[in-house]
Order: sequence, then structure tokens, then C-alpha cells
Amino acid sequence: MKATVHVTLKTGVLDPQGKAIGHALGTLGFQGVGEVRQGKVIEIELAQTDQAAAEAEVKAMCEKLLANSVIENYAIRIDP
Amino acid sequence: MTIPSTSITDAVVAEHGLKPDEYQVLLKIMGREPNLTELGIFSVMWSEHCSYKSSKRWLKTLPTEAPHVIQGPGENAGVIDIGEGLAAIFKIESHNHPSFIEPYQGAATGVGGILRDVFTMGARPIANLNALRFGSPDHPKTRHLISGVVGGIGGYGNCIGVPTVAGEVNFHPAYDGNILVNAMTVGLAKTDKIFYSAAAGPGNAVVYVGAKTGRDGIHGATMASKEFDEDSEEKRPTVQVGDPFTEKLLLEACLELMAKDCIVAIQDMGAAGLTSSSVEMAGKGGLGIELDLDKVPVRETGMTAYEIMLSESQERMLMIIKPGTEAEARAVFDKWDLDFAVIGVLTETGNIVLKKDGDVQAEIPLDPLVDAAPEYDRPHTPTPPSPMIETAEIPAPGSLGEALATLLSCPDMASRRWIWEQYDSLVMGDTVIGPGGDAALVRIQDTKRALAVTVDCTPRYVVADPAVGGAQAVAETWRNICATGAKPLAVTNNLNFGNPERPAIMGQIVGAVQGMGEACRALDYPVISGNVSLYNETEGKPILPTPVIGGVGLLEDVADACTIALKSDGNALVVIGQRSDTVDGWLGASIYLREIAGREAGAPPPLDLVRERKAGDLIRSLIGNGAVAACHDISDGGLLVTVAEMALASGKLGADVAVPSAETAHGWCFGEDQGRYVVETADPDSVIARSEAAGVPAARIGQVQAGDQLTGNGVALISLSELKTKHEAWLPAYMAAGA
Amino acid sequence: MRSAIIVFPGSNRDRDMQLALRQASGQEPHMVWHKDTDMPEVDLIVVPGGFSYGDYLRAGAMGALSPAMRTVKERSGKGVPVLGVCNGFQILTEAGMLPGALMRNAGLKFICKQVHLRVESAQTVFTSGYAQGQVIRVPVAHNDGNYFADPDTLKHLEDRDLIAFRYVDAEGAESEGSNPNGSQMNIAGIYNESRTVLGLMPHPEDAIDPLHGGIEGKGLFHGLAQALN
Repeated sequence: MKATVHVTLKTGVLDPQGKAIGHALGTLGFQGVGEVRQGKVIEIELAQTDQAAAEAEVKAMCEKLLANSVIENYAIRIDP
Repeated sequence: MTIPSTSITDAVVAEHGLKPDEYQVLLKIMGREPNLTELGIFSVMWSEHCSYKSSKRWLKTLPTEAPHVIQGPGENAGVIDIGEGLAAIFKIESHNHPSFIEPYQGAATGVGGILRDVFTMGARPIANLNALRFGSPDHPKTRHLISGVVGGIGGYGNCIGVPTVAGEVNFHPAYDGNILVNAMTVGLAKTDKIFYSAAAGPGNAVVYVGAKTGRDGIHGATMASKEFDEDSEEKRPTVQVGDPFTEKLLLEACLELMAKDCIVAIQDMGAAGLTSSSVEMAGKGGLGIELDLDKVPVRETGMTAYEIMLSESQERMLMIIKPGTEAEARAVFDKWDLDFAVIGVLTETGNIVLKKDGDVQAEIPLDPLVDAAPEYDRPHTPTPPSPMIETAEIPAPGSLGEALATLLSCPDMASRRWIWEQYDSLVMGDTVIGPGGDAALVRIQDTKRALAVTVDCTPRYVVADPAVGGAQAVAETWRNICATGAKPLAVTNNLNFGNPERPAIMGQIVGAVQGMGEACRALDYPVISGNVSLYNETEGKPILPTPVIGGVGLLEDVADACTIALKSDGNALVVIGQRSDTVDGWLGASIYLREIAGREAGAPPPLDLVRERKAGDLIRSLIGNGAVAACHDISDGGLLVTVAEMALASGKLGADVAVPSAETAHGWCFGEDQGRYVVETADPDSVIARSEAAGVPAARIGQVQAGDQLTGNGVALISLSELKTKHEAWLPAYMAAGA
Repeated sequence: MRSAIIVFPGSNRDRDMQLALRQASGQEPHMVWHKDTDMPEVDLIVVPGGFSYGDYLRAGAMGALSPAMRTVKERSGKGVPVLGVCNGFQILTEAGMLPGALMRNAGLKFICKQVHLRVESAQTVFTSGYAQGQVIRVPVAHNDGNYFADPDTLKHLEDRDLIAFRYVDAEGAESEGSNPNGSQMNIAGIYNESRTVLGLMPHPEDAIDPLHGGIEGKGLFHGLAQALN
């Protein structure tokens, strides 16, 4: 299975990179750009074949390493 | 032998950058048609980058020897003896084309490559420098390129933990389509623990260490040898990605292994990767080499022999180890979590033989591959002399103070703080003089010694007169080193030029190398390593000829170090290398002429190498005796700019300058006559007497004063706070405007 | 004072720290490899600067999980003082030994320059060499030094006097211009609850030699050596 983890900054945590990207998009002439937040995507290949077990496993990975709960949220997607 | 069935058509040969006559030589060497892997190997080995085919004839004329030279050109880097059983190992290298295509990674891997060149010889890198040229600030790509290049240099050097201590940056429209990124590393080794690349001992194992091989950078070396065309931005996949973390591990692992007795020879896999390292190591040892490419650690599946041999994946090394040491060596790389693979063996056949999937995939005799590499005596036409421009032909400024501010805030002279604050200049704890001085000064741990290091070139002089410009670049590094009190010992050079197949460009190369050679001979300042980057032109527009010189000098007692900052109110300012009755100066090809009068014209200021040497020797002796409190060489912008920079560096002291009351005063203030220094001294009479005794003219030209003012004959020119604001403002404002 | 420095793959100010500790204590610090869990008895443990594991993923994230850090936590629990500088501070927050997180500099660039710090609390084992409110000049060199914590944590740090150093100007005043990286409340360094763990972004170990930019970082190491002898 393949897990895709999206890690983003929590609401309220200043994201200067997102801000810089938003500013640059405006400079390039893109209209109507609201708030931009930058995050990261981590793709993990798993030997696990059970959806629920895989999800639990990846959740543990996020808690232990992939995200810093002080500043970051995460979302997990598991694909067969 | 099974040969992969790609037919070698004329088009395939041309795509590999080989000329028809070069291909004929190849056919003669092989005695048959090569397969694609073999063609690829010839192509990179015979590229301009690896073979120096256009420049070799002229590089041979440079002086490369001196009693303190341990290793001159031809190795991964040059080596000089700096006393107490220690050696300085250094080299400069370009990463111009990759940095234009992908500035962050191009510059980062440039730093990574030059670091490897130095630590592969057994040295711990102690200082990084860089020489950068960008296009016009108005060009739409310039900001993006600066931001990427500076980020990449910092990203790599900061992470690996080697301080970036000095550099230079120029802007000119001639670099719009071809920026220059030249990176220099200086390392420190014990003289009895230097490692070379010549393989020895048939039967000895060939070991691959470091990162895994991927498909990145394939044909980087041939790319660096071709003119850019419009679709070269499509060649992006050939740019390698750097991993400074892996390089840090590789550095520590190599130095740890070098402390043991395992290594026969070692070379990094830089441009042309596994091909050039295996060919050069075996070739230098007069041996053969057999590699089993199935043993090469790869990070992608299905890689062909061609791809493995031509990959320019970074952070890899090739070693020959002593019999019976494999387990000991492997343990070191295991500790650092790096790949360690025995991929072949040295043979006595004189051939390189590549096996993969049980078949021989390539077999080439090494001697002719290396020795029959093409060498050209390309037609060259000398650059026509530029006219001498008299100061009277150049308008004087409305205000000297305003002119000074204009110069100190123009793109070429404005503060580089925005850049150097992105570089860790302090790590390792030995930076005595960091960015912003003449040369940087890096102390050598556990001794009183320090190395002075600098990079310099003045391309506007070189384009006007290549021989004078080539010599001036050497002299400028000599002066910068002397101004710290250190003795200049040797240089490395990075020759950046346009297309050598054009006689006018070849004329620039010939002229610059001749000038450089003359200066190095006159100053006993040999060239011990270097790099050539040609074909820096886009759609027929070449860069300014830019032969960058990296100089290294030795200060025996770091306590004697001299800085440019003014020290005490009331001290006199003396110019060394200028007569007291001088009322004019050389404005041809100067920054003043370009920035204030709007002209890029005229012959550059001439050099007197005999007097240059006397002046430098004198300066070191004055500094060594404690006779001067501050010293700064006079370069871009002339005398008044030099004094202003000394005042700005102090942060608290001003100066009064005795500007002559002549119609040529702007020449006196901003002329760029060579071989001069400004010194601060409490005893001007003795300094002048000592200068004259040494055959060097000297003149008192002003004094240090308390307060915030720079004055001319007591009349305010400009306040230092205003000057500082303008000097510091340009680059940050320029970069912010594009965000 | 017996000390240990944890060496991670990617540490690069381990040697600078070694010199500073040697100079202050007259004793050679133990260099402890990140894979080792056994550490000699020491009076001080230092987590040095650098880019442990390349700082890939997040600065300090992987360093915090290394075997040697388990021992550091255990010793810290027994009261052994722990000092984390730069990457070491990042590692200590990632390891949960200090609250908050170090984010990318507000200017989005690596920054290396001399800064001024105000000693906010001189009553600890780390700062006994300084006077309360003293302003010292030391360098920073980092990409991720922007201190962040939620409002409750910040209030707690302030209420309990757990802020060790703040970025100030040469006169000792907090100003926007004196904050090099956007840290909340100009925080340059903090303590844990028991003031036995200190994390700070600036490099006192690079300010111990007049030839190398100043000696105002010496107070930290001399104070420690005196307090822990």
C-alpha cells in the first residue's frame, strides 16, 4: 500500500514561506489569491495490506516523527 | 564481445560534442566503430572541461614551481608547504552553466565539488570563497539568479560546516545569459599525509564510496563545453542535486580512513563522474582497470553502462586500497552509513574494461584515450589596444562627496552584506578577518599561523587589455594578501571566457594567460591549480573575459594581522606607491568613468610589476613591525573610496583628505593607478622614509579624525552615516524590489 | 567540570564547543557518538550546533530520536544540566525537553551575524557568569531560529522566569530591528521548568576569543565551570 501524508502548519502559526509565495503570485499578476499556506507531502510505501492497520501505523509515524504537533497538523491518505 | 546495438551515426557523434576529425582519431585508437558507452567515454574525456584542449598550450606557459610548492597543477588540487609540517591545499572551480540553469543546485554542487577536490587529498577544508558574476541588475533574471546562487552556496557550505569567508561579485550586461559561479576551497593537511590520484599495484581493489549513482547530470561535462542556445533551458535534467549532509559524512569518513594506512590512491567523482575518475587514476598509474558495473551502488533501476559511466551524481569517491585492508576501510564507511563497494580491480592490460550483466560493455586503451586527447593551437587575434584617456577629457563631478556616494552605492561597489550574512563565516572558530576586508584571514589551530585568502579579477580591465588585466588580477590578490600582513605564496586560477573557436576570444585567453604568467613570475607567486570554463556565450554574445585568481598567503604570527578599519583619531594617512607631487590619476577603464561619466572605454591602468613587488614587501614589513595601524589596498574607485571604506569599517572614525587643488583632482580621488595602498600610522615621517629607502614613493594624504565626517582639506565631503546608509542600502533594496 | 558533547552525523559546531569547554574547564570533553547509549558520568551534557541528519524533514527532528538522546533525557531527569545550542536547541524542543518549536527565520534566509542578547535570568547554573540584565554580543548562524510557542506557553515562560536570553540592540532594548529571525517576544533562549536545561540559538562558543570576534560568550562557560566544579 502507499500512504500519502500531508503536513501543514496549524492555523495561527505564522507561515512566512506561504506569505512569500502569496506575494509572488500577486506580483506575477494572479488576481484573487487569498491566504497561501505551504506544507509538505511525504509518500511512504508500506508492506501492510490492511487499510485500518496501515492507517494506524502511519498515524504513529506522524506522531513520532513526521509532524511536530507544536506547530503542525497532518492528514493521511492510504491507497491500495 | 557483445556490443549494444545503437548505431553510431554522424548525428550521434555530433550530439556527443565530438568534431568529425576528433572522431577519426577515436576510430584509429579503437580500430573499430565504438559502441555508445565507449563513444560517451571519449566524449567526456575529450570535452573542453576534462581535456583543456583549447587552453592547454597556453596553460603550460604558466610558472608552477617554487620551493614551497608540493604539488602543482594536474592533481585534484594544488599543495603548498606552510611550515610546521603543514600544507595548504586549494583550488578554484567553475560551475557556471549549471548555475544559470538551476541557480540553487548549480551553485550548491559547485561548492560540493570543490570541497571534494580538496578533502580527497587529505585536507580538512577550512575556508570557502566564491567569485560571482551576474548580468545587469535590470535584466529580468538577475534577481532570481542571485537569490538562488547565494542560497545554494550558503545551503551547502553552512550545512557542511566550512566557513565562507570571502568573495567578490560583479554585475555587467555581458553576463546576462552566462553568469559565473566560481568556488574556491582551502584545506589544511599534514605534509606527510597527502593523498594523490595515481593508481598503483595491479590486483588492488577499486572501491566506490559515498552516495548512490542516479541518472542526474548525465552529460554535464559536455554541456559545460558548448555554447548556450535558446533551448538549453530544456536541458534541466542534466543538473545534479547536492546533498551536503552526505558530503559531510563523506568528508568525515574519508579523513577518518586517511588517518589509517589503507589508501593507495583516491579521487573524487566530479565532472564526468566514474569515467574521469577511473580513467585518470589508472591512466596516471600507467595501469589498466576493470570495473564490474553491476557492483556500483545505484538508486534507480535499469541503469545502462552508458548512464552509470556518465552520471554526475554527487558526493562519490573512487579509491584504490591496499591489499588486506578492505574490512578495516569498510568499517569506517559503515560507521558513517555510506555505501562502500568493491567495484573492480587494477590490471596490467593498460585498458579500461567495463562489464555488466556478464558481458564486456566497453574496452578502451587508456594511454591514447588520455594522451591523444585533442590539443589545439587555435587561431588568435590580439585585442586591439584601447586609447589612453586623459583626465581632462572626463568631466569632474559637481561634488566629490556625491560622486563618492554614487560609487560606493553602485551595483559593483555597494555593500555585499545581504550576501555574506547568508553564509556561515564563523563556524570552526578560526575566522580572524571575515567578509568585507581585503583578504580574509583564517587562523590555523594549535599554531600562531594564519592563512590569508582572496579571490579577485577586474573584467573591465581584461576586456580592454587582456595582458594587463590578467596580470592585474594576480597583482590584486597579491596586494589584498599583503594588506593583512601575510606573505602571498601561490594562486589558483579560473579562466572564464567565451568561445575559443573565435580568434578574438582566443586572443583574450592568450593575452590574459601571458599577463598572468608574467605577474606570477615577477612576484614568485606560482599557479598550483586551476580550472577553465570556455564557451560562456549566448547567441554570439560573450561574457567579459574573466580570469579569476584565488590567492593564498601565510601570516606567521596571527597577532600581527592588520585590518582595514581606522583605529585612532589624529593618526596620519599615507599612500604607499604614489608620489607626493601627484595631482592626477588614471581614470581610463575605471569605475568612475563607467558610473559617473557613463563610459566604458579606455586603456586600463598599467602595472609595474617590479614596483608592485617592492610595495608589497614594504607593506608586509611595515605591518610586521607594527608601524601601521590599518592598511587597505587601493582598487576599484581609487584613493578616496579606499579611505572611505577604512572609515566605514571603523564605524566611528572619519578622515580628512588633502585633495590637491587641481583641475585633475577627480583623477587623484578616483583614479585606479595600480600598486598602491593607504596606511594609517602614528609616525608618517618614518613610514615615508622607509618607503623611499625601499624605492617605493609615498605621500602623506590626510589624517584620521573623530566624528562622522569625511572632509577634503577640512571642508565636508559627506557624512559617514549618509555614506553608510547608501552603501548598505542598494543590494537589500534591489533584492526586495523583486520579492 | 566533566562534560560530554553529543556528536550527530551533520554536527558541525561540535569542535567549536569542544574548544570552549576545554578552555573554561581545563578538561577534555567526552565526544559521544549519536549511536552510543552509554555515556561516562559527567557534570554537563551539550547538544551542539550543526545540521544533524541534514536537518531533513525538520531541523532537529531526527536528531531528537537518536539513541544518545535517550541517555541525555535519562540523565537530565536525574538533574544533570543539559545545554543545547542552535541545532542543539532545535533538538531539545523536538525531543520535548523544552517547550515550543524553532521555525524557519522570518526573513526566509540563513543569517550569520553578531547580535546582542540580554541575560534575562542570571540565577541559574548556566548564567552565573553574567549579571542580571547584562547585554552580551555573540553571533547567530542559523536558518531555523524563529521561536514559536502557543500563547499559554509563552505566558508560562514569562511568568516563571524561564526566558534565558532575549535579542536586544546594543543598548539593551528590545526592538524589531534587534530580532534577527522573527522569534516571539524576541526569545533567543529558554529554560525548562527546573532550569537545568537551557536551549539557545546564538553561539556563545564562537565568542570566546578576541581574534574571533569577541569574548562575551565566555561568561557562560566559565560560569558553568565554576558552578559545576
